[in-house]
Amino acid sequence: MSNNLIEFRNLRTNFYTGSGVVKAVNDVSFSIREGETLCVVGESGCGKSVTAMSLMRLVATPGKIVGGEILYKGEDLLKLKEREMRYLRGNEIAMIFQDPMSSLNPVLTIGHQIAEPLRIHKKLSKQEAKKKSIELIELVGIPRAAKIYDSYPHELSGGMRQRIMIAIALSCDPKLLIADEPTTALDVTIQAQILDLMRDIKKEFNTAIMMITHDLGVVAEMADHVVVMYAGKVIEEAPVHELFNNPKHPYTQGLLKAKPVISNRQDRLYTIPGQVPNPVELGENCYFNDRCEHCMEICVQKQPDLNIYDNKHKAACWLYEKEGK
Amino acid sequence: MSQVTANPNVTTAAEPKVKSASPWVLAFRQVRQSKLAIFGIVMLLLMFLICFFGPFFSPYTIDTLNIRNGNKAPSAAHWLGTDNLGRDILLRVMLAGRISLLVGFVAMMVSVSIGSLLGAIAGFYRGWVDTIIMRIIDIMMSIPSLPLLIILGSILSDWKIPPSERIYIVMFMLGILSWPGLARLVRGQILSLREQEFMQAAESLGLRDSKKIFRHLLPNTIPIIIVNATLAVGGAILMESVLSYLGLGVVPPTPSWGNMISAANNLIDFQKRPWLWIPPGVCVFITVMSFNFVGDALRDAFDPKSKSKR
Amino acid sequence: MTQPLIEVKDLKKYFPITGGVFQRTVGHVKAVDGVSFSLNKGEALGLVGESGCGKSTTGRTVLRLLEKSGGSVHFKGTDLHSLNKKDLRAMRPKIQLVFQDPYSSLNPRIKVGEAIGEALVDHGIVSRSEVRDRVKEILSICGLAPYHIDRYPHEFSGGQRQRIGIARSLILKPEFMVLDEPVSALDVSIQAQIINLLTDLQEQNDLTYLFISHDLSVVEHLCNRVGVMYLGSMVEMASRDELFSNPLHPYTKALLSAVPVPDPTKKPERIVLQGDIPSPANPPSGCKFHTRCPFAKDICKQQIPEYKDAGSNHYVACHFAGEF
Repeated sequence: MSNNLIEFRNLRTNFYTGSGVVKAVNDVSFSIREGETLCVVGESGCGKSVTAMSLMRLVATPGKIVGGEILYKGEDLLKLKEREMRYLRGNEIAMIFQDPMSSLNPVLTIGHQIAEPLRIHKKLSKQEAKKKSIELIELVGIPRAAKIYDSYPHELSGGMRQRIMIAIALSCDPKLLIADEPTTALDVTIQAQILDLMRDIKKEFNTAIMMITHDLGVVAEMADHVVVMYAGKVIEEAPVHELFNNPKHPYTQGLLKAKPVISNRQDRLYTIPGQVPNPVELGENCYFNDRCEHCMEICVQKQPDLNIYDNKHKAACWLYEKEGK
Repeated sequence: MSQVTANPNVTTAAEPKVKSASPWVLAFRQVRQSKLAIFGIVMLLLMFLICFFGPFFSPYTIDTLNIRNGNKAPSAAHWLGTDNLGRDILLRVMLAGRISLLVGFVAMMVSVSIGSLLGAIAGFYRGWVDTIIMRIIDIMMSIPSLPLLIILGSILSDWKIPPSERIYIVMFMLGILSWPGLARLVRGQILSLREQEFMQAAESLGLRDSKKIFRHLLPNTIPIIIVNATLAVGGAILMESVLSYLGLGVVPPTPSWGNMISAANNLIDFQKRPWLWIPPGVCVFITVMSFNFVGDALRDAFDPKSKSKR
Repeated sequence: MTQPLIEVKDLKKYFPITGGVFQRTVGHVKAVDGVSFSLNKGEALGLVGESGCGKSTTGRTVLRLLEKSGGSVHFKGTDLHSLNKKDLRAMRPKIQLVFQDPYSSLNPRIKVGEAIGEALVDHGIVSRSEVRDRVKEILSICGLAPYHIDRYPHEFSGGQRQRIGIARSLILKPEFMVLDEPVSALDVSIQAQIINLLTDLQEQNDLTYLFISHDLSVVEHLCNRVGVMYLGSMVEMASRDELFSNPLHPYTKALLSAVPVPDPTKKPERIVLQGDIPSPANPPSGCKFHTRCPFAKDICKQQIPEYKDAGSNHYVACHFAGEF
């Protein structure tokens, strides 16, 4: 068993908005081991992206990390100086974003954008950086790398740009790659290519991947370990096979049932009733109680803890606790 | 299957007490955050109250002439002194304020109604309608306005238009000269709005053109119209002052801030009798600045992108 | 013989590309290039394909929100593209569109009640005094509460806004609805609610849908016939069960295999297509798919394959249909 690369401990990130305090990340703990792919799933607004941004310490105002620790190789990232953090970003922890259109600078050549971190972090000369950049472009499966090196982002398609983003992220051999919905903006056939590429990279470089997605299909394909988030909390965590075979939390069960699956048509889809709760008005109850078909008395009174069950399976639900029965 | 039972999330719960907030209310809440805007609004309100109700409390009238009492410095009887004909400066400043504010507002109304209507029509129909309107705008915008106003002013003087009617002509002149800028802005907005999906939705619902323009498009341009109108009032007041100062706008005996300031033309008045021209000058300054503060705050409130700058 | 509700024949929509100093037309983007299909009352046809394949343009040209470049669209025997402005406006309530983006498709300054009811009044279907009741009724049919009538769009979540968009179309009692990716912007749990709502509405009102989506799994649940588009052309069309169990075109096969399955034990044998979708301004010669097709032969580069029936109303455009 390998070591924890990243460990979130009781992380709390709040957003101070006009209508009140939003606990975007509310007491979140989990860890990512070296060389592992961890998927964080959840619907929009559940705090999955904010968790990643907290890890990079890039939470924008009005958001603020208000508590907890994020241990990277045993060192608390939240206590690092901004200069040390900047060194880690890009060098040891790299990130790719959902929108490959806006994450590249349109006025700089592709080559410049790949070579820049190499020259800053790896102190390579101009020639070496160019050579390495072209290698990277080839690595992410783009033909005619030398030509791409001199082209501008608008000349490339969405899939190509996402490959370039991956190349930039890989340029300094990161230990951890954070991918925030990397394929959501792409077509399915292109998504398949990118997922293949990410799997190859993981195999070749033993890079840990923290993948944020809302698509359970992508999770099943990529993940070793899965964290399910709902309204800022981790509600379930398990190895991928365990989670899909034996989902414990009613929300996870509902998500799995609600997703239409090819060649498995039902006349009616299962639905989770209602809406995600207003993040400002959360009380001391289980946040899922009003949408849950197993809702019990205790669920509206008290919040369940994230407890560990068999097979490294964690869930936060009263159904599995003595108090609930 | 008669009744729909399949909507599990029909919100049957009682209506929440939260008051529904329109985009307007949200924007004005935003304005309240700006101290400068509050200052501007308060100053403008004061200016209005004083100018429109102040004269009723004055012991003097506009016709009270008293040459022997001319050019007196501020005193208990005349708080701001008197002019060369012995008229009370405070009363004249208030009456001039009525005229100047009125000129500002009417000019703005003329400019906004012509500008937004023509802008909306040009943007909505495009094609040759757009081309004609835009060429007119181009022509109007390439004529320098100050020389044109000076020429028009001298023509009015030449025709011996009575001062009481002259005010109205000045108002319309100022309005007619300032609409092209707004028309351009509105047209630009409409052009981008009509590509929005909700306009395609309006098209697919088969709504009338008039409904599309007046109910869907123009309300969405109201933010820029309001901002523009606010700044335009200030601009018109300033322009009127300039013209009247030059003796081509509102002419005596009707007082306006501009023609009162023109007392500073006289070297003796300028050096020895500052009470003649400082009060109207300060009024112009405060009024125009307040309008600009309010206009800027409105712009920030309506434009989501500039919110973070607060 | 019954007349189809919608009949689209060889529909074309080209967008001009202008260039040079004088903005002359230097070429065309063939967004829709000869698409034909017909729909009977009560049917739901799914149109799938990747971005830029022309599926949304097809939907909008069918409704004449865009002017066609060629071909014809008949709705109950009436040629929509030859109607004058007044007749087209009168026809609008019967043919409706639901949009993908629930945020930009609602005017932010108009209350929900007016947004839903205004077309009824504008077309003179219902008087101003009755319209509120009708709106409240349709709101509850679409899973919203009557008190929502006086709210502004920004007070609703994405799923609720999509319900408002559906209500706005439904209140006009349309016969034909184009649904342009109505669930793509929604979360899984909300997506299922909207899909079920659409299914129910179709059953109760005998609606005819043209459902545009890039998500094959959603199309499979909602449609009884499916067409696959690639670069402006229909490459395959068949009944749902036929298409999903027996896809004949290599592109359809690749699309089907590319969808990630939420089951970690199944590692599908995937046909990973190489390269990107070519630009519709400059489509490849012959079969447009040959640049990415794993089975392309010489003939594919030279000859455009015919779009023909391969048996039991299974239409496909491939020189080697079903041979792989």
